[in-house]
Amino acid sequence: MLKESANDDENMNPFIATRRSRASRQRESLARAILLGMTLLLILPLVAIVGIIAVRGAPAISWEFLFAEPLRGMTAGGIFPAIVGTLWLVGLSLLWTVPVGVLAAIYLNEYAREGWLTRIIHLAIVNLAGVPSIVHALFGVGAFVLFLEFGTSILAASLTISVMTLPVIIAASKEALGAVPMAFREACWSVGATRWQTVRYVVLPNSVSGILTGVILEVCRAAGETAPILFTGAAFYLPFLPRSVWDQCMALSMHLFVITTQVPNVPEHLPYGTALVLLGVVLSVNAASIALRYTLRRRKRWQ
Amino acid sequence: MTNPSRRLARAGRRRAGRIAETAIELLIRLCGVSAVIFVLSIFFFIFREARIFIVSDAFRAREFFGTIAWYPDSAEHARYGALALIAGTVSVTVLAMLIAVPLGLGAAIYISEFATGRMRELLKVVTELLAAIPSVVWGFIGLMMFNPLIIRFFDAPIGLNVLNGGVILAFMAVPPIVSIGEDALKAVPDSYRQAAEALGATRWQIIWRVLLPAGRNGLLAATLLGVGRAIGETMAVLMATGHAVQIPHGPLDSVRTLTATIAAELGETSHGSDHYRALFTLGLLLFCITLVVNVTADLVVKGIRKR
Repeated sequence: MLKESANDDENMNPFIATRRSRASRQRESLARAILLGMTLLLILPLVAIVGIIAVRGAPAISWEFLFAEPLRGMTAGGIFPAIVGTLWLVGLSLLWTVPVGVLAAIYLNEYAREGWLTRIIHLAIVNLAGVPSIVHALFGVGAFVLFLEFGTSILAASLTISVMTLPVIIAASKEALGAVPMAFREACWSVGATRWQTVRYVVLPNSVSGILTGVILEVCRAAGETAPILFTGAAFYLPFLPRSVWDQCMALSMHLFVITTQVPNVPEHLPYGTALVLLGVVLSVNAASIALRYTLRRRKRWQ
Repeated sequence: MTNPSRRLARAGRRRAGRIAETAIELLIRLCGVSAVIFVLSIFFFIFREARIFIVSDAFRAREFFGTIAWYPDSAEHARYGALALIAGTVSVTVLAMLIAVPLGLGAAIYISEFATGRMRELLKVVTELLAAIPSVVWGFIGLMMFNPLIIRFFDAPIGLNVLNGGVILAFMAVPPIVSIGEDALKAVPDSYRQAAEALGATRWQIIWRVLLPAGRNGLLAATLLGVGRAIGETMAVLMATGHAVQIPHGPLDSVRTLTATIAAELGETSHGSDHYRALFTLGLLLFCITLVVNVTADLVVKGIRKR
């Protein structure tokens, strides 16, 4: 007769639960519960925070808020100049980063050979991504505002942002280019196309979607950054909208910083409203890029 | 037989095409090394502004790194002790890592080993969205939401302190830890898992005794990247840690980090003054620290990929 025993060797039947195996299974359920708890501990506060910002900021959102200027020392009014400024900055920074980043990714993926140079480039990209944003601001001041004498301007600020977001574009483009199967390139080479022709007419068009994902991510980062534009082009308050790249501008991120820390007696719903707009734009654009990536992955013709 | 003039025209077009092709390839190579050029330029331009201070009498290495007196604006006796600022950065980063590493690794383990299908996709999406929140919004959260909470729950006189900054930084450092940690766990060969399962191990036993030791390098790299993120963060700590230049005696003390000091003081300095250049020197220090941390993390990651 088989009976339960703590000692496995007494019964030759491996399928009866022993005390030891029950203990390890309990330990596993406990571990699983704890790990789930840890994950939720990260996610639930996030949901709560976004919810609170939405609830407290919603009263501020209205057409006037989005299209009016700040009034009475920024204790009333809207955020229109900040939105315009952010659009200027993001648009220009795209203009500088996307060509350089995409070409750099093309170099790394199509032209570079394994070697010390490629290693150094890779290290430089990793490092560029990790440089603190205030250090980017110092670089922007030293290089664009002072050395190249652009002064504090949209030009200097957008250039600073573009150097900062370059690694994002390079990484996304590299992934997009790498996803194009080698067979496409080999087909081109076998009919006599040069490397550039292959890239231009076959590889690049097939990776546009992936590159677009990177561009969207870059837009998010550029819209949210404050430190790089603090000393290179953004202003606390401007009485007029920027008319050229040599002007300064306001920016959403900067505006949030200013009305939260520098302006006294601001009614609570204004900073919450600004935070809601900024957060809403960034999160929805990011979510759109995730959705884009998901649908593209399913639609790729060769997978 | 083609017309000789047509043959010449075709050869001319081919040559023009080759010249254009070489030009484009040159441009591509230039862009390829652009990242290196930019990193070197960052170092160069910051050094250019800081150099005069570093070689001047006002800068003494022992004072800079060893004393806490940071009074750059004092007319008679300007002192540049950055120790308190370094302590500020270190304290906030350490607290953030104490929270972020266990939680982040725990989440990484759960997402990669226990979660399936829709749940896993959802968790990964949420992690990405968490990473997308701008740092000024985090600072806003710390200032407007955590501040009163800390004052109420800890009976603290002020809610802008190491605790506030540390918790915020933890949230910001978690996404890289989770994603790199996940990669590290996925990189452990399936044969390890299968061997352990064949011996009758439960999933937790596999994780604890096989995957974590095997993925040690990647998990270390994930932690390092989180540390790099925390050290380099500017706006969130500027808004959430208070403005006291002091060495904290506990998590409820206010501090100021290196990054926040630069951001807070640069606007008030005049170009070319000692204070201005001292701030650039702080920037140089930050650049070197994050350089070391990021390169180390990358070398460690390379180590696991090679396996």
